[in-house]
Amino acid sequence: MPMPSFDAIVIGGGTNGLACAARLRKSGRNVLVLDARVTPGGAAVAQDFAPGYRAPSLAHIVNMIDPRVEREMDLGRHGLAYANLDLASTAVSRDGDHLVLHGAAAERVAGLGASEQQAWADLRAQLLTFADVLAPFKSMTPPRIAAGVGNEYMKLGKLGFGIRRMGKDSFREFLRMLLINVHDVLNDDLSDPRLKGILAHDAVLGTWLGPRSPNSLIHLLNRFSGQVAGRRSAIALPKGGMGSLAAAMATSAGAIGVTIRTGAMVGGIVIEGDRAVGVTLADGEEIRAGTVVSAIGPKPTFLNLVGAQHLDTGFVNRVRHMKSRGGAAKLHLALKAAPDFRGADLTSRLVLAPSETAVELSFNAVKYSEVPENPVMEVILPSAHEEGHAPSGRHVLSAIVQFAPHAPKDGPDAARARMLERTLAVLEDHATGIRGLVEHAELLMPYDIEARYGMAGGNWHHGELSVEQMLFLRPFPGMAQYATPIPGLWLAGAGCHPGGGISGAAGWNAAERIVKEVRA
Amino acid sequence: MKAEKTMQPDPRLHYLTPLRQTPFHARTAAANRLNSWGPWGGYTTVLEYEDLAMEHSAIRNAATVYDLCPMVKYRITGPGAADYLNRLTVRNAARLPVGAVHYTIWCDDAGKILDDGTLFRLGQDDYRLCCQERHLPWLLDSAIGFDVRVVEETEDVAALSLQGPCSYAVLKAAGFEVAELKPFRMVDFVLDGGGLTVSRTGFTGDLGYELWTTPDRALVLWDLLFEAGAPWGIRPIGTQALDLARTEAGFIITNLDFIPAHQAVREDRVRSPFELALDWMIDWDKGHFNGRRALLAERAEGSPWAFVGLDIEGNVSAEHAIIYHDKKHEVGQITAACWSPTVKRNIALAHVRRPYHSAKSANLWVEVYAMRELQYVKLMLKARVCDRPFFNPPRRRATPPGLF
Amino acid sequence: MTYDAVIVGAGHNGLVAACYLARAGLKVIVVEKNDWIGGAAVSRELYPGFTYSNCSYVSSLFRPEIMRDLELPKHGLQILPYEGGALFTEGGGYLGMFRNHDANRREIERHSPRDAEAYDRYARDVLRHCRFIRPMLLRTAADPASFRPRDIAELAWMGKQMFGLSEMAMYDMIRFWTMSIADFLDEYFENPAVKAYQAVASIIGTALGPMSPGTAYVLLHHAMGDVDGNVGAWGFARGGMGSITRALAASLGAAGGEIRSGSGVVRILVRNGRATGVVLENGDEIVGRRVVSNMDVKRTFLRHVDETDLPGAFLKRVRNFKIRGSSGKLNIALDRAPRFTALPDGSPCMKGDLHFTDSIEKMERAYDDWKAGHYSRDPFQDMMIPTMIDPTMAPPGKHFMSCFIQYAPPRIEGNDWSDADRDGFAQTVLNQIETYAPGFKDSVLHVEVRTPRELEREVGLTEGNIFQGELTFDQLLFNRPVPGYAQYRSPIRDLWICGSSTHPGGGVMGAPGRNAAAEILRDIKTPKKDMSDAYAVL
Repeated sequence: MPMPSFDAIVIGGGTNGLACAARLRKSGRNVLVLDARVTPGGAAVAQDFAPGYRAPSLAHIVNMIDPRVEREMDLGRHGLAYANLDLASTAVSRDGDHLVLHGAAAERVAGLGASEQQAWADLRAQLLTFADVLAPFKSMTPPRIAAGVGNEYMKLGKLGFGIRRMGKDSFREFLRMLLINVHDVLNDDLSDPRLKGILAHDAVLGTWLGPRSPNSLIHLLNRFSGQVAGRRSAIALPKGGMGSLAAAMATSAGAIGVTIRTGAMVGGIVIEGDRAVGVTLADGEEIRAGTVVSAIGPKPTFLNLVGAQHLDTGFVNRVRHMKSRGGAAKLHLALKAAPDFRGADLTSRLVLAPSETAVELSFNAVKYSEVPENPVMEVILPSAHEEGHAPSGRHVLSAIVQFAPHAPKDGPDAARARMLERTLAVLEDHATGIRGLVEHAELLMPYDIEARYGMAGGNWHHGELSVEQMLFLRPFPGMAQYATPIPGLWLAGAGCHPGGGISGAAGWNAAERIVKEVRA
Repeated sequence: MKAEKTMQPDPRLHYLTPLRQTPFHARTAAANRLNSWGPWGGYTTVLEYEDLAMEHSAIRNAATVYDLCPMVKYRITGPGAADYLNRLTVRNAARLPVGAVHYTIWCDDAGKILDDGTLFRLGQDDYRLCCQERHLPWLLDSAIGFDVRVVEETEDVAALSLQGPCSYAVLKAAGFEVAELKPFRMVDFVLDGGGLTVSRTGFTGDLGYELWTTPDRALVLWDLLFEAGAPWGIRPIGTQALDLARTEAGFIITNLDFIPAHQAVREDRVRSPFELALDWMIDWDKGHFNGRRALLAERAEGSPWAFVGLDIEGNVSAEHAIIYHDKKHEVGQITAACWSPTVKRNIALAHVRRPYHSAKSANLWVEVYAMRELQYVKLMLKARVCDRPFFNPPRRRATPPGLF
Repeated sequence: MTYDAVIVGAGHNGLVAACYLARAGLKVIVVEKNDWIGGAAVSRELYPGFTYSNCSYVSSLFRPEIMRDLELPKHGLQILPYEGGALFTEGGGYLGMFRNHDANRREIERHSPRDAEAYDRYARDVLRHCRFIRPMLLRTAADPASFRPRDIAELAWMGKQMFGLSEMAMYDMIRFWTMSIADFLDEYFENPAVKAYQAVASIIGTALGPMSPGTAYVLLHHAMGDVDGNVGAWGFARGGMGSITRALAASLGAAGGEIRSGSGVVRILVRNGRATGVVLENGDEIVGRRVVSNMDVKRTFLRHVDETDLPGAFLKRVRNFKIRGSSGKLNIALDRAPRFTALPDGSPCMKGDLHFTDSIEKMERAYDDWKAGHYSRDPFQDMMIPTMIDPTMAPPGKHFMSCFIQYAPPRIEGNDWSDADRDGFAQTVLNQIETYAPGFKDSVLHVEVRTPRELEREVGLTEGNIFQGELTFDQLLFNRPVPGYAQYRSPIRDLWICGSSTHPGGGVMGAPGRNAAAEILRDIKTPKKDMSDAYAVL
C-alpha cells in the first residue's frame, strides 16, 4: 500500500471546501482539495453564458462571509477587492415609486413615510438585537443535547448570557418570535407593501418557505447577522465578479501549501475496516489520506460516495429524509443596452417583490410543483458596476427568481420554458422594453442547478436551511458535529451548520472540529 | 358456507373478519374441542385443543402438529440478496448454504433488536425470512443501494410444525424420507402435484420439522400427517403447549420476552443482542451491518442488562415476577416461567441487571403473587441463574434421527 | 352581595374554573350573555326533534382528571367512542379507519402494503410525543424570563422531562415540534390518501395548511387526548357536546355556584387598577373580589376593559394576538341517513369522522383559498353523523349531521361576510357531499350555516377562531396568550383569564379553566379541593 502523501483530502473546492482546507493546512496538515470542475469555487464562480457575457453562475452577491475566513485567509491580500461594498437595495415599484434601502439591514429607507420610517426603525432594532445574539452560533460546532460529549460550554454559557442580557422584555419577544412567520411580524408593525415585500422576499430567499410559513422570520435574522469586511448586514460585489472571491480563496489556500486539483471528480470514498482511508476518482485513481472531508452535500456524500452498505438503515433514512427542495431559479440575460427599471439605480440590488402577498403567491405554485404566475426576484447587474462582464455598452443581468419547482409536474423542459416566460413577463412589467434588449437568456431551474453543481434538489444550502434542519439538527440529528459515523470521514459543506450562502463558516467550523478531535 | 367461499369476496369487507382463518382452519376447528382461540398476527389460532398437559406431553413423547401460518414471511430475491441480508441481520447470510436455515436477529442503528426470525436460503439469490412482527418499511428502506426485491408473502405459504421424538417416524410413514436431513437443513418433496419443503427446524427444542407448502395443499398435508401419524398418537397442539415447550428449550418470543425496538414506546425497554444473550451470532468480520458501530461500542463499554435462565425454588410458577437482589433491590423481571413437566424444575427466563446475571451471583429472589381461591399468596422465592436450554436432548440433533 | 369570583362566560372553561373555585369554598357566579349556556360546547334544538351539537362536535381532549374531580358522569356525562372513520377518495374509493388493529392494517394495505406496516411505527412515534406533552397540560407554564423560584422550579421540571429522553429522542422531539405535518408524514408513508387522513388532525382549527411548519404540533394537540385511556382516540358526548357543559353546570350547582344567563357583560369594572366586578347589558352590576374571563383575550381586553387601564406593550401584544378564524360549520338535519357510494352497507366507518380531501395537496390548496380571503372551493371537511352513535339526537330513522369545514376566512377579501357569501359557502359544502352521497341534498330538512361571522356573533369567538387564538409556537406555552402573562393573570389585579386563549389552548379540554382556578386558589392561599394533578403517563 502506498504511503498516503496527504493527511487530509477535501472533496469539493467550493467556499466551504477551501475554507476547511486552509484551516486544516494551518494546523500543519498536508491537504489536498479535489474539485470536479475546471475552476474551484463551487457556486461562487463566474462563467461565460454567451459570447462576451460573463455572469455569476449561482451566487451573485456576498453578504455573509465568515469573518474568520476573511481574516485568517487574508483574502484582501490574495486579490479580493470589492466593486461595491455597500449595495443599496431598491424595492422596485411598477409605477416608479421605488423604495431605496441603504446601509446595514436597511438602516435608512428613502421613499418611506415618517410613521412607517419610525415603525421600521423600531422593528429593525429589535430584529438586529436578535440577529446579534444568534450570530455567534454560526462560528461554532453546534452543541449536542447531552453531557460529556465535547460541547463548548464556555462559549455556550457566554451566548446564553448574551441572550439573557438583552433584557426581560426583549428576551420574551425573542422567545415569542424565534419561530414566528415573517408575514405576521411585518404586518403587525408595518404597512408599506413595498417595504413588507422586500423584507418578506429577503426572508424567504433561498428557502422553501413562504412569508406566511411559521419559522420564516429566523431567515431574516440569519441574513441580518451576516457581515462583509467588517460591515454588518452589508451586500457586496467582488471586483471582477463572484469568481474573484473563490479565486482569492484558492490563491490563499495555495499560498499556504494546500494542493488543489481541479477536474478531479471523486467517484467514491474508500472504506477499509470501517474507516475512511481515501477516495477514488472517476477515472479509477485512488488517493489515500487519514482524514477525508466532504464539502459537497450530505446526500451525495452518503448515498453516492459512501454507499448505503457502509451505513445503518436508520441513518440512510435520515439522509433521505433531509429535505433539500430548491426553490430558486437563476436567470442570466445578455442585454444589448441598459434596462430601465423606471429609473431605479442599476448599481443597487433590485428586488421585484411588490408585496409580502406577492411573495406568498409565488410560493403557492411550487408547493404543487408548478411554475408561479408572477415570480419575485432579486436582480443584479454586474456590468453596471464595472467593466469586463459584458461587451462595452451592453449589460449582464443576473437574477435569483423565486419560486421555481425542483421537480415540476410538467417535466423539466416545459417548466423551464414557462418559468423563463413568466420571469421575462415580470421583468417587462417593471422595466418596459427589456424583452427587446435580450440577446441571450439562460435560466437554471433547481434541477439544472442540481445537475450542474451537484446540490441535491438544487437547494443552494445542500439541504433546506429550515428550523427543523438547523443547529444541532443540521444536516440531521446525530450528524451535527461534522463527524460522520465512519471514522476518518467528516462533512464540511453547506449541508452542515450554519448552512450555505458564500460564507465558508461550515468549512471552517468543520476544520476546527477536526483539529480538535483528530491528532495531526 | 361452501357457496359463499366460491364467490369472490368484496375486498372492502375485510373488517367483517378481522381475524382470518388459516388454510388449516377446517381441521384445527374440528380438533379444537375446547373452542379455545386466540389472535395471532391477524389470524385466529388455537390456544388449547383439548388438554394442555396432554399436548405438552405429546411434544416430548410422541408427535405433534402446530399451525405456523400466521408467522410473517418475507421473500428476498435478487443478485444483491446475500449482501442485503448481511447488512440487515447480524449473522452471515452469505455463508448460509443453499438449502439451509439459520436463526438470526436484526437491529436498528442503536444496536437494539428489531426482531428475531429464521432465514431460509431457498436458492443462491433467494431467501425467505420468517418472523413474528411486520417489518416491510424497514426491509424496503434497507434495500436502498442493493439489487434486491423484498415481498411480503405470508398468505402465500401454509406451514405446519411437526415436533416430537416421533416426528421423523411420522414423516417417514407419510412418505417423506428425511433420514439424512441435518438440523437447520431443508429438502423438497412433491405433495399432491405441488411442492412441499421440509426443514429440520422448530420451536420446541426437540426433534422436529417444519413443513412448507401452498395454501391449497394445506388440508392434504394435514390429513396425510394425521393418517400417517396415528400409530404414534400424533395430535395437534395449541399455543399454550408450545409456550411451555419453548420455555423449556429457552427460546424467546418477540413481544413476550423482548419489545421490538421500533415498537417500544418507552425508550428503556429495548434490548441489544448482548442483553438477550444473542451476541454469539454476530459476525463481526463480515463487514458492516445495521447496528454494528453501536454494538462495538456496547461490547467495549458493557451492557446494562443480561438475559438468563432461572431455576426457582418450589413449584409455583413465577410469571412476570420482579427479581430482587438481597430481597431488597429490584434487579430484573421474569418474562416467561413455568413448572417444567419435562425437567421437573421451576424454570424462568428473565432480564437481569448486570452484574446480577452471572451464575455466581447469589442472593437473587423472585417475588411471586400466587392467586389461590381469590387471594394472593405472596412468596419470596430463591432463584438461581442457570444454563439454558433447560431441556436439550441428544435426539434433537441426531442424524439420522431415532425411529421411536 | 359580593362574590369571590365573577366568571364571564359560561363556556366549558369558565364552568370548569367556576366548579373548582366553588368546591374550594368560594362564592362564585357565572355570567352568560346567551339564553343558554355552554359557549362552544352546546346542544340545542334548532329544528324540531333534532339536537344540534352545533359548535364543537367531538370529545377527546377533555381531561379525565376534570371529569372525575367534578363528578361529571354523576351529572350526566357519557362519552361514546368512535367506531371508525373514512376518507373518501376521488374515483369512488375510500380509506377506512378501524378500531381493530388487524382490520386497520388490512384497510391501509388496500392502498399501500408498505404503509400498512408503517403505521405502527408512526403511531408509536406520535404516542411518544403525546407522553411527553401530556403532563404539561395541567400545569401552569413557567415564565422563562422570570427568576422567581416557582418559575425556575417549573423550568427545571420541564428540563427534567426533556432529559428523561435520550439524545436522539430529544432531537426528534424538536424536529417534530417545528416541522410541517406533510414533511413528517413523508417520512413514514407513501400513499396520498393515507397521508391525507393522518394530516386531518394537523389542520383542524388552525390557520395553516398541512405544508406549514408547526402543523405536526397541531396534530399532537389533537392526538394527545384520550377516551378512557385510549390515547389519541376520539369520542362523542351522548346528547351532544352540550352534555359536557350541562354536566358542568350541574356540578357547579351542586357545589353552590350560581349561573346567570341571558345578559352579557358589557364592561369589567376596574377601580384603582383592580377588577371589582362587572356591568351587565341590563345595567345590573355584579360585585366581585375578582373577575375571571372565559372570553378570548382580544374580546376581554379590547372590548370589556378600558384601554387606559392596560400597559401599552400588553395592549400591543393583545392587538397583535393571532386569532384568525379558519373554519365554518354546517349543521344539517336529515330525513334519512346519507348513502356514501364508496362505503359498504352497515360500515362502522359511518360511526366516526368522514373526509373528502384525499391528498395533502388538496388540503393545502384549500388553505391557499383562505390566504386569498376566500372560503375553500374544494373544502376540507371533518364530518360526523352523531346520530349514528347516539340515536336519541334525532327522531327515529332521521339523522343529524355535523360538518366542520375548512377553510373559511374571518373576512371575505377584506369585507365582512355577506349572506350571499354564507349561502355560497354552504352550497359548496353541500355539493361536495352530494358528489360522494348522491341524493343527499334531497334528504336535507334544515341547515344551520355558521361562518366565522356567526361564530363570532353568537359564540363570541373573535374572528370565529375556535381555539380562541392560533396554535403556533409564538402563541403556545409561556407565549400564550402574551409573553409575561401566560399564567392566567392580567396586568389588572384580580382580573384573570381562563379561556382557550391561555395555555394549553383550544379544544374542549377544560385544562385552561382548571389551571386558572389553580392559580387563583394559589393566589389566595386556599387549598385546592378535589383538584387532581395530571395522571402520570406510565
